[in-house]
Amino acid sequence: MITINNVSHKIGANDILTNVTAEIPANGITAIVGPNGAGKSTLLNLIGRQTTLNDGDIQIDGSSLHSTSTDKLALKIALVAQDVGVASRIKIKELIAFGRWPHSKGRLNDFDKEIVEAAMERFDLVDLKDRFLDQLSGGQRQRAFIAMAFAQETDWLLLDEPLNNLDMFHARALMNELKLLAVENQKSIVMVIHDVNYAARWSDYCIGLDFGKIKFAGATQDVLTAKSVEQLFQVNVSVLGSPNGIILDHY
Amino acid sequence: MKLHHEKIAATLILAGLILLSIVIGVADINTETIVLSRIPRTMAAVLAGASLAIAGLIIQILVRNKFVEPGTTGSTEAAMLGVLCVTIFAPGLSIILKMLCAVFSSLVGTIGFLSLAKNLPNDQPLLIPLVGLIYAGVIGAGVTFLAYQGDLLQYLGVWMSGEFSGILSGRYEILWLAGIAAIVAYLSADQLTVVGLGEAATINLGLNYSQVMMVGVATVAMVTGIVVVTIGILPFIGLVVPNVVSRLMGDNLKQALPRVAFLGGILVLSSDIIGRIIRFPYEIPAGTIFGVIGAAVFLYLLLKRPSNG
Repeated sequence: MITINNVSHKIGANDILTNVTAEIPANGITAIVGPNGAGKSTLLNLIGRQTTLNDGDIQIDGSSLHSTSTDKLALKIALVAQDVGVASRIKIKELIAFGRWPHSKGRLNDFDKEIVEAAMERFDLVDLKDRFLDQLSGGQRQRAFIAMAFAQETDWLLLDEPLNNLDMFHARALMNELKLLAVENQKSIVMVIHDVNYAARWSDYCIGLDFGKIKFAGATQDVLTAKSVEQLFQVNVSVLGSPNGIILDHY
Repeated sequence: MKLHHEKIAATLILAGLILLSIVIGVADINTETIVLSRIPRTMAAVLAGASLAIAGLIIQILVRNKFVEPGTTGSTEAAMLGVLCVTIFAPGLSIILKMLCAVFSSLVGTIGFLSLAKNLPNDQPLLIPLVGLIYAGVIGAGVTFLAYQGDLLQYLGVWMSGEFSGILSGRYEILWLAGIAAIVAYLSADQLTVVGLGEAATINLGLNYSQVMMVGVATVAMVTGIVVVTIGILPFIGLVVPNVVSRLMGDNLKQALPRVAFLGGILVLSSDIIGRIIRFPYEIPAGTIFGVIGAAVFLYLLLKRPSNG
């Protein structure tokens, strides 16, 4: 479980997050939704210690970010950033092997190599493994970084808008893969997501954020309703039923 | 197997060039010439070429831009400013202390550029080298002004084109320190590769971003300062060599660093040999020769985009 306790964050004079308190349950997919500028990415970056936490406390399975060293945390959480633009030319298999760094510090044993192979197979990168990072499309690159985070073998996986560069087919395939990770490998996945319908269909738990404050948090089927989405995004929403669950029609 | 061949070929080429460099020259070949002049000169060219190429690769990783080298990040100009200040204000200092001043000054100049580059937009890769050229140009102008005031312009001219004809036994040995700095950088090769993936990826893997950056900056400053003090400015090496290697085999430093070192050493030594031959018995500075070759290679690399195969 991730415990967020009274976290506030400012950038310059602007309040990005104000007294955020929440618990993110382990096992399953948690979606963070909200309008642009709501503080979603900031919250994710604070949890992933990309941004230094000054005000409040965050604990990952009981380990406080304030008192746990960064290399210990690298064994607990892995974060895939939104902008994975990379200038350096390294091969996909090398990139994913670096995911083992927190375990192996650069000396890969047979077990590490097995994990790297498995990550490439799982994310459909075997054919691309000898390509350089700058020879991939945005979507392929994102998959490579997610595979790298998978190879890191952490209980928690944080993803910042992972569907951004993906077409319908690959977005679906990725969500499917993440769901499998949550169910089969008991991973806990936290993701910032723009499309509420992806959140409605795939997440188990949902946090709504607006102006740096939590508007709702709970099991997705309980909290993600037409009314809450209308309030959060200031748009009109009607609920369409479908055999696989609800669709929030805001188009 | 292929890797093995590559190693043997590189070693043979370098050994051949070293032999050639030892026998070519105006003076008669005898033990004295060889020990006092030819061997030091040859080793200086190899060490300077190898370590400058490595410094170029590292600064490219730190700035995350392929179009920079120590001469366009203010590292070289700041090192010159350091040496010039020592020459004006404390001319009696030993060469080691002079070198330390150059290294320290280069360190400050490089950190200054890095903090400048941090604020530039990522989506315009050519902005960083342009800002670097201006930044280096401003420091360089300061160097020229100071030299003019101190009536040292001629002295400055000696460094402006790096050459090896003045290298004698006893006047190049600190270049070995540049070689050692390059080896220390190799020990952090994996960490530097990770830093090349960006700050987010570095923190994510539990590495201390600023600590690794400092190792890189220290190596660049050390190499640049030492080469400026002993040889002078050798432009383009730090730019061309890493780009050629990166194009061929990527930026995984564990593999790239040794190749960059070999290629840098081979190219600078070749330039020095060519410079000694084409106007025999006169000499053209190795820096000038490499400038011509390097500019041609770099233009080729710029114009021929990598194939996205």
